[in-house]
Amino acid sequence: MAFELTPERLAIFQDLLPRYPTKRALTIPLLHLCQEQEGWVSPEVVEFVAKRLEISTADVQGVVTFYTLFQQKKTGRNVIWVCRTLSCELMGARGITHALEKKLGCHVGETTKDGEFTLLEAECLAACGQAPMLQLNDEYHENLTPEQLDGLLEGARRKRDERVKAGFSPVSIRSRKES
Amino acid sequence: MAAENPNILTKNYGVSESWKIENYERQGGYQSLRKALEMGPEKIRDEVKAANIRGRGGAGFPAGVKWSFLKPNPEKPTYIAVNADEGEPGTFKDRTLMEKDPHRCIEGFIIAAYALDVHTVFCYVRGELVLAIRRLEQAVREARAKGYLGETVLGRPFKLDIVIHPGAGAYICGEETSLLNSLEGLRGEPRLKPPFPAVVGAFGAPTIVNNLETLATVPSVIEFGGDSFSKMSRLHHLKDGGVRLYGVSGHVKRPGVYEAPVGITLNELIFDYAGGVRGDRKIKAIVPGGSSTPIVRPEDKVSAADEKHILHPWHGKSHLDVPMGVDTMRALGTMLGTCCAIVMDDTTSMVRVAENLMLFYAHESCGQCTPCREGCSWMARLCRKFAAGTATMNDLEVLNDVANNIMGNTICALGDGAAMPMLGILKLFRHEFEAAVREGRAPKEIAA
Ligand SMILES: Cc1cc2nc3c(=O)[nH]c(=O)nc-3n(C[C@H](O)[C@H](O)[C@H](O)COP(=O)(O)O)c2cc1C
Ligand code: SF4
Ligand code: FES
Repeated sequence: MAFELTPERLAIFQDLLPRYPTKRALTIPLLHLCQEQEGWVSPEVVEFVAKRLEISTADVQGVVTFYTLFQQKKTGRNVIWVCRTLSCELMGARGITHALEKKLGCHVGETTKDGEFTLLEAECLAACGQAPMLQLNDEYHENLTPEQLDGLLEGARRKRDERVKAGFSPVSIRSRKES
Repeated sequence: MAAENPNILTKNYGVSESWKIENYERQGGYQSLRKALEMGPEKIRDEVKAANIRGRGGAGFPAGVKWSFLKPNPEKPTYIAVNADEGEPGTFKDRTLMEKDPHRCIEGFIIAAYALDVHTVFCYVRGELVLAIRRLEQAVREARAKGYLGETVLGRPFKLDIVIHPGAGAYICGEETSLLNSLEGLRGEPRLKPPFPAVVGAFGAPTIVNNLETLATVPSVIEFGGDSFSKMSRLHHLKDGGVRLYGVSGHVKRPGVYEAPVGITLNELIFDYAGGVRGDRKIKAIVPGGSSTPIVRPEDKVSAADEKHILHPWHGKSHLDVPMGVDTMRALGTMLGTCCAIVMDDTTSMVRVAENLMLFYAHESCGQCTPCREGCSWMARLCRKFAAGTATMNDLEVLNDVANNIMGNTICALGDGAAMPMLGILKLFRHEFEAAVREGRAPKEIAA
């Protein structure tokens, strides 16, 4: 089925469009908007972006594969990125990752069987002074200890239904405005 | 010694809901913009030059001089691209400005745009920083509603839009020409220079690329005057002016972002600001300014007997007693970089540190140049071998050669940024790599 943006998201796109000198410059912002709705960049999303911006699907695909935030396959309903880079590893990031792998029963790069969580590693997330840390959907959780993880996962499960009902995928950069 | 806090860039950090425009205005916000509009573009540019702001993004180029290189093109508009990609490992200072004081950033962008006759500012923020993006977008909406930007700026016939542009997870997009490609909707691959962005930048138009902190500093330059601002630095005489944000992470008691004059020492940063090393252990090594900067050690002493040497005043002292400035750190054989230090205590395995860092560069190389693409993965694989205890003495030479062959042979500075720290670690901690070969293993953990 062809992909279409919801009217709210389309309005965000239409507000951005005249502010750039080219349509193509909207590639990343539009991909984000689509992914916020769809949860990943499906082939239909690629078609949609290409058509909207009047560029080829190969161009869009080239962008999608270059950037790590664009998910090329469906993720779990929650996505966890554990920072693995130097300041975090010095402060115990590996312990956090191992504890999560155990609790979730999956390895880094995988999704739990029930489709609830995708576990990923991230490169430095600009929170090095609060190491170790992880990003859970669109929130940072800092100064972590393994003991905090159960609570975090529980909280994510609880919030998930609400979020899914409101039509948001794990990471919503522009669709949600509150700050 | 009590840590000196100039409380200029961070003065609103403690204010409740500091990101809202009414709170920013109550703290005196947007008064610098009013003053700047009275001064006019040329005077603003003079003040920024006199302030001696060395770019806060890593290369340390003087902002005022960069602005003077701008070559307006009668056929094209001129742009400012704000670099808020903050991806350099160990660096986390710009994020605090965006989250805690977004209006200071916006005010800086407006003043810079007015000074350079720019009508569109693109602020490129790394996509992971969702809160920062939301706060900046909210700040733009508030500033527009109050008439600070839009069809006019405070009633002056000067049209200005500020667009917050999210990245999508790629360290290389912090490199200025890669950032421009990414902004244009392309893969974030760096461009060959010249032409420099000030001549041909975003969308083929002249563009000033500045780090976010560089521009967030501009309202204070206008408030205090360029010369007075510059003199807040301890390295004013080296044309390295003002105050800046320092980050400190790793094995310290109070990691975080601290504001201080330019030119405090690493010892001051670690002991006076960050409370010293955890468990009062000894420092083994410090990455002084983001992961691409070669490490320093406390036991190394400055050798600058010649009175004309820039480091002569610190001759015989520890590297950690040298004021942190763009030129002083370069003279030490490292770099000031982003001014964010990673501290490692004496339980740290430098083989594991090298492994961690090289995995980062292998992942982030954009792949355009063979020495960088192949070299970074090769260094990562070799470091893995040392960490696993399967490396040979010959691998040590290969590692050294691979790093040397990257240096100077690539389009952008990412390649050098990977090779320099690798060479630095090999030079100062070769014995740990040799031990890994001899014993057939490296420490299991990176640190205790
Ligand atoms: C690989 C690489 C990554 C970089 N990442 C950043 C970054 O995240 N933020 C930044 O401001 N500058 C970064 N820079 C430096 C920019 O290329 C550029 O020098 C800077 O944005 C100029 O602004 P300034 O003069 O105000 O410092 C990076 C450079 C390289 C080579
Ligand atoms: S040095 Fe590396 S990151 Fe830079 S352009 Fe070449 S391959 Fe890409
Ligand atoms: S190293 Fe983990 S946030 Fe920077």
